[in-house]
Amino acid sequence: MKTVTLKINGTEHTAEVSPRTLLVHLIRENFSMTGTHIGCDTSSCGACTILIDGKSAKSCTILAVQADGTEIITVEGLATAEGLHPIQEGFHLNHALHCGFCTAGVMLRAVELLEKNPNPTEEEIRWGISGNLCRCTGYNNIVKAIQWASAKMQGKELPSTEPVFV
Amino acid sequence: MGHSKKRKEDARFIQGKGNYVDDVKLPGMLYMDIVRSPYAYAKIKSIDSSKALEIPGVVAVVTGKDLEKYNLHWMPTLMSDTQMVLPTDTVMYQAQEVAAVIATDRYIARDGKEAVIVEYETMKPLMDPFDALDPEAPVLRSDKEGKTDNHIWHWEVGDKEKTDDIFSNADITVKQQMHIPRIHVASIETCGCVASYDKVENHLTMYMTTQAPHAIRTVIALVAGHVGLTEEKIRVISPDIGGGFGGKVPVYPGYVIAIAVSFLTGSPIKWIEDRSENLQADSFARDYHITAEMAGTSDGKIQATRFKVLADHGYTDASANPSKFPTGLFSIGTGSYDYGAAYMEADAVYTNKPPGGVAYRCSFRVTEAVHAIERMTDMFAKKAGKDPAQLRMENFIKKEDFPWASPTGWSYDSGDYHAGLKLAMDTVGYDELRIEQAQLRKEGKLMGIGISTFTEVVGAGPSKDFDILGIKMFDSAEIRVHPTGKAIARFGTKSQGQGHETTYAQIIAEELGIPMEHIQIEEGDTDTAPYGLGTYASRSTPTAGAAAAMAARKLRDKAKKIAAHLLEVSEQDLEWEPGKFFVKGAPEKVKTIQEIVFAAYTNHPEGMEGGFEATHYYDPPNLTFPSGAYICVVDVDPETCDIKVRRFVAIDDCGNIINPMIVQGQVHGGLTQGIAPAMYEELIYDEAGNILNGTFMDYLVPTAVESPNWETGHTVTPAPHHPIGAKGVGESPTVGAPPAIVNAIVDAVAHLGIKHLEIPVTPFKLYKELKAVGYFNQQEA
Ligand code: FES
Ligand code: FES
Repeated sequence: MKTVTLKINGTEHTAEVSPRTLLVHLIRENFSMTGTHIGCDTSSCGACTILIDGKSAKSCTILAVQADGTEIITVEGLATAEGLHPIQEGFHLNHALHCGFCTAGVMLRAVELLEKNPNPTEEEIRWGISGNLCRCTGYNNIVKAIQWASAKMQGKELPSTEPVFV
Repeated sequence: MGHSKKRKEDARFIQGKGNYVDDVKLPGMLYMDIVRSPYAYAKIKSIDSSKALEIPGVVAVVTGKDLEKYNLHWMPTLMSDTQMVLPTDTVMYQAQEVAAVIATDRYIARDGKEAVIVEYETMKPLMDPFDALDPEAPVLRSDKEGKTDNHIWHWEVGDKEKTDDIFSNADITVKQQMHIPRIHVASIETCGCVASYDKVENHLTMYMTTQAPHAIRTVIALVAGHVGLTEEKIRVISPDIGGGFGGKVPVYPGYVIAIAVSFLTGSPIKWIEDRSENLQADSFARDYHITAEMAGTSDGKIQATRFKVLADHGYTDASANPSKFPTGLFSIGTGSYDYGAAYMEADAVYTNKPPGGVAYRCSFRVTEAVHAIERMTDMFAKKAGKDPAQLRMENFIKKEDFPWASPTGWSYDSGDYHAGLKLAMDTVGYDELRIEQAQLRKEGKLMGIGISTFTEVVGAGPSKDFDILGIKMFDSAEIRVHPTGKAIARFGTKSQGQGHETTYAQIIAEELGIPMEHIQIEEGDTDTAPYGLGTYASRSTPTAGAAAAMAARKLRDKAKKIAAHLLEVSEQDLEWEPGKFFVKGAPEKVKTIQEIVFAAYTNHPEGMEGGFEATHYYDPPNLTFPSGAYICVVDVDPETCDIKVRRFVAIDDCGNIINPMIVQGQVHGGLTQGIAPAMYEELIYDEAGNILNGTFMDYLVPTAVESPNWETGHTVTPAPHHPIGAKGVGESPTVGAPPAIVNAIVDAVAHLGIKHLEIPVTPFKLYKELKAVGYFNQQEA
């Protein structure tokens, strides 16, 4: 057993884990934060995406012990006392989720994307989230949601959230 | 109605507060993992669990022989076939469940699984459904008494003689053999459960990823009644579901083993499958081999179609069809066209592949039928020398001819196919595209335009024809309005992302005038929700949505009586406006729905029952027939054969629309699940029965990069028999998109001599076809 201490969403957590424990299981089972999901066993789907020291990472492919001493943000930590994170608002207002299973991962990936590239093109957004699979939405509205969040985070005029459905 | 209200359910999902089955944690819970067969067909010589049981934390290893003692080693399928829960002697497909390991945590359960030693004696598997028909072929289901071949059932519909007659005299006939490959729903959440049996209360709570919780409860009661688990002792809870698409309708062995083990140990048992297990063992979809034919006149009038199907069901028929429809609603395959003769037949066979045949985002085999008819329509147009859009326009059933009796027995309720195709053509700029295409061809560039104008059949269904295991396919709604005028409504369906909490609330809000924010929607708990057959086959809005409207109307009738009593007028003098009754000609004499509901609890008329609740079980008089006109434009790289979808315009007609935002979202998602089998996805097996792409590394679910920017729109032809004129839409795009895409790719290379392409059309497949017609020689020369 190894002791792991890390900061999740601003709060310090410690656990005794066996060295083979995956970070995603540490978060979901030891710390009971179940907003981070598991959708595959080949690092392909991105449902488990979190931010580790500001960088998006697939928590199913990292051992808990490797994350010792890091600062982690999960979906539970996106909103603040002031309210929802713009990416959360963007997803809601643009209908960028159906079943919600992929949503946490895509949002966290998008947060990093927008940090690095506040004004991504549609193409950059699509490539940027290509490590995240969504089986429900067809991605159109995920792209719109990220564009909306990009505008909001920069204090720009917000694009319409009415669907264009001729 | 018709408002793009933002979804009520989003709040929990965007904040990580959804509650999916793997989030359920119970005290004393044990974990189950499953040992699976590496072989497609083998005898089990021995199973040695001793090493596994030595591992600290491994509690038990369960085999078929253990279940046999309780007669739980086999279970019925929804199609009245039989399926092994765990085998006692033979495995029938690769990845089949062989034994279950129970342990105190999921890592230890996995260790235990690796430590179970199974000795097999392999046999040569039967992988090709055509080989399965060979009289010399080994009989796979020798467990069935008297079974002498691999044939499961034969089905036919239509007028064979009349159809054959037309074919022998027709000016033009076209014929094509095509395969609609085996694919997988691949919802991002896999399947799983927590089975929790309470020995003291003799009560089972089953948290389970199921689209049909009520039906599942009944099935458990039927299978486990003999060990004392009767239906009132079973509670099935379907929590938030991470996508279903038909794959969460069947009962998988893992669920049954978890129940059995919980029953025997008294501990809650959690079983969550891996993605690879999900792809390799859970129900597949499609896998129809179709010989399709169309006959018509030289000027392009369709006269008849003839389809012959060979269905590969794997080792058991575990389809999820209504009982009387072994091929589902495949007989919708005459399409949107006006002609009088069709004949369809199908045969199903056993092979050494996983069982299934689920309705993957499809109203039971409609996808297969639509692919065949839309491909044939294009081939026929080509042979008749007509533009495929024009030929469709000339053959469509006319708006005024509805209700229309199809040659295979359906009564199409309504449609306006001309309007849909016209809107699609205008939106995409069809005529300009044809001009551009001619120009590009001169430059040696490959561009194609493909159309699909399909008719769906959804909302199963009228109880006279539709049942599952004898249970009629109605669905239900129960509305309870509290004294302060706020409501809770419960349904027999189960959302898996479709947004029921929003749409149902909108329907009730519209009918009763209670703001939707104050209407809470619940589904998925068999202890509280009224009985219903669940959510699949685009049936929720057509059935439960109708039930919501009907139940609300019962309440409105009651409200009228109360309002008359309160206003001291007769009911005839009252007029309704959403949210209030007022006296005709005296609008100041008014009672709001909130006042009326309060009175139902505090001051109701003498002789009237108190309270304000209603339930309705809606038995649809007919199915609904949504339709669509889709146009796809592709560019093909003449060197790499890479195919790029440049545009895709989807015009859907799902009748009256409750929430355009949700409908459009459904269309986007369905289209991506349409491009998937058209260009990327197929479960591939080798001759030895090995699956070659059973993980997300090689089973290619489209990402945001492969998915084009979908352009969507709609026409509205209300369903005449539905209380709110809605038709259901969730599946139309999955059904309609593949032939539009393939028709476009074929169109891009038709002038080079290619008549047909099998899906998925990958660059390599296209390269081989182009090479075969000598395309690359010409280029070099
Ligand atoms: S769970 Fe699929 S990438 Fe982590
Ligand atoms: S919303 Fe269901 S997988 Fe993305």
